[in-house]
Amino acid sequence: MDNPDPMPILPNMENISDILIVGAGLNGSAMAIAAAQAGFRVTLVDSLPTATRRLPAFDGRSYALALASQRLLSAIGVWGAVRDSSQPILEIKVSDGRAGEGASPFFMHFDHAEIEEGPMGFMVEDRHLRRAFLDQIKAEDRITYIPEETVITQEVHATHFVVTLASGRDLAARMIVGSDGRQSGTAERAGIKRTGWDYGQTALVCAIEHEKPNNGIAHQFFMPAGPLAILPLTGNRSSIVWAEKTETAAKITQMSDSDFLDALRPRFGDFLGQIKLAGKRFSYPLNLTLANSFVADRLALIGDAAHGIHPIAGQGLNAGLRDVGALVEVLVEARRRGEDHGTRPVLDRYEGWRRFDSATLALATDGFNRLFSNDNALLRLGRDLGMGLINKLPRARRAFIREAAGLTGDVPKLLQGKPV
Amino acid sequence: MQAAESTVDQSEIAKFEAMAAEWWDPNGKFKPLHMLNPCRLDYITKQISVDFKRDLDADKPFEGLRLLDIGCGGGLLSEPMARLGASVVGADAAERNIPVARVHAEQSGLDIDYRHTTAEALVEEAEKFDVVLNMEVVEHVADPLAYLTACQRLLKPGGLHICSTINRNPKSFAAAIVGAEYVMRWLPKGTHEWQKFITPDELFELLKKAGLDPVDRKGFVFNPITWSWKISERDTSVNYVTASVKPL
Repeated sequence: MDNPDPMPILPNMENISDILIVGAGLNGSAMAIAAAQAGFRVTLVDSLPTATRRLPAFDGRSYALALASQRLLSAIGVWGAVRDSSQPILEIKVSDGRAGEGASPFFMHFDHAEIEEGPMGFMVEDRHLRRAFLDQIKAEDRITYIPEETVITQEVHATHFVVTLASGRDLAARMIVGSDGRQSGTAERAGIKRTGWDYGQTALVCAIEHEKPNNGIAHQFFMPAGPLAILPLTGNRSSIVWAEKTETAAKITQMSDSDFLDALRPRFGDFLGQIKLAGKRFSYPLNLTLANSFVADRLALIGDAAHGIHPIAGQGLNAGLRDVGALVEVLVEARRRGEDHGTRPVLDRYEGWRRFDSATLALATDGFNRLFSNDNALLRLGRDLGMGLINKLPRARRAFIREAAGLTGDVPKLLQGKPV
Repeated sequence: MQAAESTVDQSEIAKFEAMAAEWWDPNGKFKPLHMLNPCRLDYITKQISVDFKRDLDADKPFEGLRLLDIGCGGGLLSEPMARLGASVVGADAAERNIPVARVHAEQSGLDIDYRHTTAEALVEEAEKFDVVLNMEVVEHVADPLAYLTACQRLLKPGGLHICSTINRNPKSFAAAIVGAEYVMRWLPKGTHEWQKFITPDELFELLKKAGLDPVDRKGFVFNPITWSWKISERDTSVNYVTASVKPL
């Protein structure tokens, strides 16, 4: 009789990947590419079909990439494919406003010429990023890309992780990375609870074409119901992120395109001339959701799965890419030491690096939103004076610019444009 | 050894699995070793990669190197070395550690030759290694010079010997015995005898007498604010590590 094997049965070592990533959005894709380039064998599971990720038409969505994020994209070889279709953000103007009144005389003005690093960031359309990431994923030998599949169960073992896909297929990996968004199934299945609240605000997102050039200037108006951002795209186009109270937003969403434009026009005056829609309109309810832990045994969360924040400062994708840079750096250092990269002591270093930063950012954007989404006369006067004051102080202004560019704090190597 | 292994019964194996889990629990009894481990591994991997001209970003950079881990315990250093491709012998004078380390290596899918033996016995068997890791052992032995001489004899000419221990001064007494054993309860009371601690200069002298060329010394410094260890160029006042080579 054979001896019963007291060990857990280890799947065939050849079939174990080093890292299994759930969700091929921008953060998950960046993680897959950066990890593969660092020498890890990666499996990337995505619920969407490749064709959807590749849709070529402009759908109105775009991202404000901080300079540090652009450096990461450069370091992983994706930037070249999107550079020519990106719009550098040369200046940021922040002002307080009320519909129909235009901007208040107090405002903050940040010009990239005040720092030596270059533009504060770049506006890149979602469609260009998606395609560039997908092309790079295909070019990486170490990535196994599995589209149109969802994870239904996951189980952690002493030395590896096993997930079962909807098709019944089992995949084993040394660790799993959840980049599956605010309602991360990866986190939920691991029993990681979330903390957060709803803002009672909804973001209305679209792109517009306008008569006059935007000159690479990003505008942020603080309106009583929520902030309105006008972000420069290439050509005479801009991306609009308009936050409104949820009830109002629901009504606006129901409007026809022409009624929508009529509602939008008085909010930022006529400095861009005539405007019309370019692409679809989207709406996103705004909430803050922070995973109570970013890691578990052989599991790490990145991007919105770890921290879904208020998009007030356009920091969502940028924070996610900072997670990617930090996690890859921690994993590479562990491998150089011969450590098992999926173990808790290793992953705790990632959490220690990112958690404080993320919580600070979540609370800062939250506080910022509470301060500005308000029509209280005293608060309004206070913030106007504050903005006027910051605007007069070059040092404070430069600190804001560096913060917006993602150049502050303990910046992961990839986000400094350096190899890991 | 093979025959002895097959007589181990299943209840014993369950016990060893539990002990392996204890050795490898980062927040358990061996927490101080787990906290120190990244720092020790940084030093060890760097010294080996420089000495044997290996690229740490390569796949299995230590392939072809025969390495001895003396006082291997649960295999906290043996496993990383095996993962980097070294052919590892893990030796421990405490017999019960051997099956524990074996169970964990098997779980990790690593092939490591764990033996209940001593440096002196391995010399008798004419074993030779490219690298000898001698971490946190020398402060526990009765005759450090005889022990280090045995370590030297286990090395091939040009081989690398890495030895860490604890300095002897009031600060190390406070940190290693009062702090680690009594206040933090990190280590069982009586783990260390302060009189047996060795200063870096004394260790360099002993290494030379044992026939080795000391080439480097660095400190391992604990930061109570960040709760982590760092390698220090100068501060060898408590924990420190040395590298020495056997002349060709």
